[in-house]
Amino acid sequence: MNTWVYVDHFKGNALPSSWEAIGVGKSLGQVTALVFGSSVETLATTAFEHGADEVLLAEDASLEDYRAEAFATTLENLASKQMPDLLLFPTTTRGRELAAMAAIDLKTGVMVDVTALEVVGDKVTITRPIYGGKLLTRETCSSKPLIITLRGRAFPKPMQQAGRSGKLTRVAAATGDFPTRVEGYTTSGSGVSLADAGMIVSGGRGVSNNPAFTPPPGLDEKQVEVWRGQQGFVLVRDLASALGAAVGASRAAVDAGYIPYVHQVGQTGKVVSPDVYIAVGISGAIQHLAGMRTSKVIVAINKDPEAPIFRLARFGVVGDLFQIIPALTTALKKKMGK
Amino acid sequence: MKIVVCVKQVPDSTAKVVVEQGRIIWGDAPLVINPWDEYAMEAALQQREALSGTVTAVTIGDESARETLRRALAMGADDAILISDPGLVNLDTQATAQVLAAVIRKIGAVDMAFFGRQAIDGDAGLVPAQTARLLGWPALTLASVIKVEGGSVHVERGIEEGRQIVTAKLPAVFSMTKDFGEPRYPSFMGIRKASRVEIPAWSLAGVGIAAPVSVITWPEIINPPSREITCEYITGSNPDEIAEALAAKILAEKVL
Ligand SMILES: Cc1cc2nc3c(=O)[nH]c(=O)nc-3n(C[C@H](O)[C@H](O)[C@H](O)COP(=O)(O)OP(=O)(O)OC[C@H]3O[C@@H](n4cnc5c(N)ncnc54)[C@H](O)[C@@H]3O)c2cc1C
Ligand SMILES: Nc1ncnc2c1ncn2[C@@H]1O[C@H](COP(=O)(O)O)[C@@H](O)[C@H]1O
Repeated sequence: MNTWVYVDHFKGNALPSSWEAIGVGKSLGQVTALVFGSSVETLATTAFEHGADEVLLAEDASLEDYRAEAFATTLENLASKQMPDLLLFPTTTRGRELAAMAAIDLKTGVMVDVTALEVVGDKVTITRPIYGGKLLTRETCSSKPLIITLRGRAFPKPMQQAGRSGKLTRVAAATGDFPTRVEGYTTSGSGVSLADAGMIVSGGRGVSNNPAFTPPPGLDEKQVEVWRGQQGFVLVRDLASALGAAVGASRAAVDAGYIPYVHQVGQTGKVVSPDVYIAVGISGAIQHLAGMRTSKVIVAINKDPEAPIFRLARFGVVGDLFQIIPALTTALKKKMGK
Repeated sequence: MKIVVCVKQVPDSTAKVVVEQGRIIWGDAPLVINPWDEYAMEAALQQREALSGTVTAVTIGDESARETLRRALAMGADDAILISDPGLVNLDTQATAQVLAAVIRKIGAVDMAFFGRQAIDGDAGLVPAQTARLLGWPALTLASVIKVEGGSVHVERGIEEGRQIVTAKLPAVFSMTKDFGEPRYPSFMGIRKASRVEIPAWSLAGVGIAAPVSVITWPEIINPPSREITCEYITGSNPDEIAEALAAKILAEKVL
């Protein structure tokens, strides 16, 4: 099978699920990686090192920033000339959107957020979670090319082989008047991206619940609540940084203003699948579980032994997070020789 | 400003959804408006408040989907259209987008089309960009801030790295995320008004298109393998002892 893999990146930093997609493509045959941007030749090198046989490199000032229309049209121009059998995208915000548009341009469908795929001859059947992971569906597509987006961390990342190389082909960016203009970015500065994180420490409403903290004077009731929550998240962040983990949150914590929405895990937040997910002061509502139930190992710290989170947890501590978390951070630092 | 909001009817997010004899069932949980589409409604209503104009809610569904349109009306939509036809079952996202694009064209002179980020049943998140592509309009997806000035629009879009700030020209397609702001609750007056609004139903012939062809099929839907997990509770005589034992367990799992 001749597979194209879209390499998703932000200012030249690839999202690791792009390499996972190359790994999947390699298991099916020849892989051509698509690298679109401006000054992104090093990404082509990295794509080769992760297994790409060929790279189609579209480098142009007009591709400096991701814009759906310019990127989708560049892709359409290439695919309509040399149609691949399969187009793979990582299920990132950009990857999902480009896959959606490519399906319209190439008159086919998208199988989205796929967690497993089975190939018999040229028949591909995928598996993906629906209803927030409450069910799994198996899907096939009757038209060509096949377009699939792969859920991050559902497939292994191939080993990077330094110095491995392949055929680099420069291709043209789409010309035309794409009316969307990128004015700039505000970056969250939140460190490790949740979807790619191998470990996540998440805090819930419980982190605000420490009567021993004395808020600064002059705050109203609402501000005191936010202040308490933020103090709680200091403990969550300390634990996360000791482990090199990303920081997540429940919706209750986000809605109460303890931490920005980008950190929210769950049905109306991010779907994550780390090796280890540590839930601190989170009850485990079904909408929260929708975002993290596929984590390999779930650790729950909650003072309520009846909290539903314990039903998914591999390890649990029934206790006061304000006692356990600082002690855990210290113990981990010591064990890890920090 | 002529505004369309596409809303879908889905089982409530707290429903226990399972497969029995190949069919998806959700017990007696109610069907509700897709929660993300409430954000789309909120965004649309705010635009109408700022710029004046009308908000039309549209859904593709069966007769029962009228309830979802009533919810949109109760929130404040001016009118609603049900798109219903025997040819519209088991649609994949590109087929859905074809119908919605045709409906938006048919309504005519639409400036803004709002969508939810994704439908919580199929979890696809594809229809907004697909509809935009079919219409040839900018896809301003995952929007959290929208400001219209003259014929152009300023949007902040959520991306993995934070927010991307873009400007584009109307007409355009928008999909909404949660950090736009909480959707309003229908008022008592709104609910009363909604119950009196006549909701027209358009068939495919009424929209003026042939039945779209779905290319994705789902021959099998299954319950996920149950995770047989017994929680190992870590105990100890004091927090340090518990932390020590838990740290060892975590490090044993950590892929270094
Ligand atoms: C349409 C819809 C979508 C939703 N989407 C999401 C979503 O994406 N993500 C999400 O998370 N939620 C979502 N929710 C909300 C969800 O239903 C819950 O309300 C939310 O997850 C609860 O957050 P929580 O566990 O932090 O708070 P709570 O349920 O209040 O739990 C707090 C926990 O902290 C524990 N605790 C308190 N103090 C301590 C202490 N000192 N030490 C240890 N433990 C302590 C308590 O025992 C309790 O279990 C959604 C809801 C709806 C209706
Ligand atoms: N049957 C439908 N009728 C109206 N709008 C829909 C329908 N299906 C999807 N949409 C819209 O498209 C968005 C994304 O849906 P999806 O791509 O299916 O996850 C939803 O939030 C709705 O705004």
